Amino acid sequence: MNKIKVENLSFSYTPNDLVLSNINITFDNRTTAIIGQNGAGKTTLVKLLKGLIKPISGDIQINGTSISSQSVASLAKQIGLVFQNPDDQIFKQTVLDEVMFGPLNIGINEVEAKNAAIEALSLVGMSKHENSNPYDLGLSERKLIAIASILSMNTPIIIFDEPTIAQDFISKEKIKNIIRYLQFQGKLVLTIIHDMDFVAECFERTIVLCKGSVLIDDETKKVFQNVDLLKEAHLELPHVARLSKELALKNLSLTIDDFITDWFNY
Amino acid sequence: MSKITVTNLKYKYPHRDNLALNNISFEIQPGEFIGIVGENNSGKSTLCQSIIGLVPHFYKGGYGGSVIIDDIEVYKSDISTLCKKVGLIFQNPFNQVTGSKETVFEEIAFGLENIGIPRDEMIERINFSMKLLDIEQYKDRNPFDLSGGQMQRVAIASIIAMKPEIIILDEPTSQLDPAGSEEVFQAVTKLSNEGITIIMVEHKIEKIAAYCDKVMLMHKGELIKFDTPSEVFSLDNLSDYGINPPIFTSICKKLNLRKDDNNYPVTIEETLQLLKKERSYEQN
Repeated sequence: MNKIKVENLSFSYTPNDLVLSNINITFDNRTTAIIGQNGAGKTTLVKLLKGLIKPISGDIQINGTSISSQSVASLAKQIGLVFQNPDDQIFKQTVLDEVMFGPLNIGINEVEAKNAAIEALSLVGMSKHENSNPYDLGLSERKLIAIASILSMNTPIIIFDEPTIAQDFISKEKIKNIIRYLQFQGKLVLTIIHDMDFVAECFERTIVLCKGSVLIDDETKKVFQNVDLLKEAHLELPHVARLSKELALKNLSLTIDDFITDWFNY
Repeated sequence: MSKITVTNLKYKYPHRDNLALNNISFEIQPGEFIGIVGENNSGKSTLCQSIIGLVPHFYKGGYGGSVIIDDIEVYKSDISTLCKKVGLIFQNPFNQVTGSKETVFEEIAFGLENIGIPRDEMIERINFSMKLLDIEQYKDRNPFDLSGGQMQRVAIASIIAMKPEIIILDEPTSQLDPAGSEEVFQAVTKLSNEGITIIMVEHKIEKIAAYCDKVMLMHKGELIKFDTPSEVFSLDNLSDYGINPPIFTSICKKLNLRKDDNNYPVTIEETLQLLKKERSYEQN
């Protein structure tokens, strides 16, 4: 089982202005959503996990080994991070080259890298664009390619930074299925996300970051029962939960099907 | 008189075989708040760009039909004329921020400098739009040091400061937290109430349903329907166009609860009203 242990972690970009202060979290194989206001420190936290920036204090251990003693290159084999902005990630001339770049770079041979890339592209539904230039495609498609580029690396830990940006209903469903598939494979999946409906449907555990600290860390359903704390973090309930709360139904439903069941049981 | 009149608009990007926009016609009145929905690649962004003239003047390609804004025909005009009337907020704020300015304040000034607004008025407009988007505290920061959500607000403020008569927003809240997107919808509604025409592409269907006067449903370059949110989201075959109705509408469809006009509710308020009525009926 994969595990990331974050202990007493603090970070600041400018002195005296802590972006993260004293974070303690253990990530395990439960799919986990990290939610919080813009500027709460979500992206900073995942950059620290990947070793892209170094903490000012505290430690991060991946499967028992502190990352402070590991290079970013060796961490890349363990953690894949899909960037928030695909244009920060994509640089190759063709989609296939882009998706093969990650696996090749962590020492996978050409044949296997190509197979992994082809599989990843089919998972995100972009197979037909293999030979296109990524910049001839729309933002939503580039985001899917950015996701495929990380899937192809087959890392035991995968982090998505706002995977649903620019995605329509069908692609969101596709991303939900990918997250479930990765979990089924026994991978550790973390996702930063603002779409509360997506959080409600897809994640077992939710962590609320607020002004650089962990405000709530619990099962998703329990997190959404903390209405006051969520308000403090400037977050909203999922749409279904709002409806069930307004109607004062016995349970707080998070999905449409739950709601229908609760409605008839009322 | 209509603010925007589009007649039989057809457009094809260079070196492509398919029509990105296929025979589109509609009229938009001044001050209307229009939402555009549709699956990826249905032509939403291309339609936005045809109103500011980037289609066809920047992208070139094949063009037919007409887009008329007040009395200006886009095809016969140019971007420098059109951009004083129409402001476009890019889908990706990282692409919109110029990179030539070192502070948020100056970034918002960029557009105003280009159209020659006097200094005092520039400062006034920049302060107004920073306040509207709640980004005053970042005014001395480098735009590229901001988070995605903060940068998105700067991109929106930069266009609002230009005081266009029409504002087009291409997924303006994609990187914003829930409170932030609510603020953007409210800010934009305020502008629409002041008579500014708003066109917004957005996947957040519940918000579109709650705030927009009318909704355009696009599919494969065609305009399938242009009507009130309630008419559009009550369509039986909505899923054929890759669109899911608002969650509230889905729930009412499953419970077969319709409003008096036979459409399904699209907002939480309408849904609550119907559900409460249903419950009191059952209890009696």
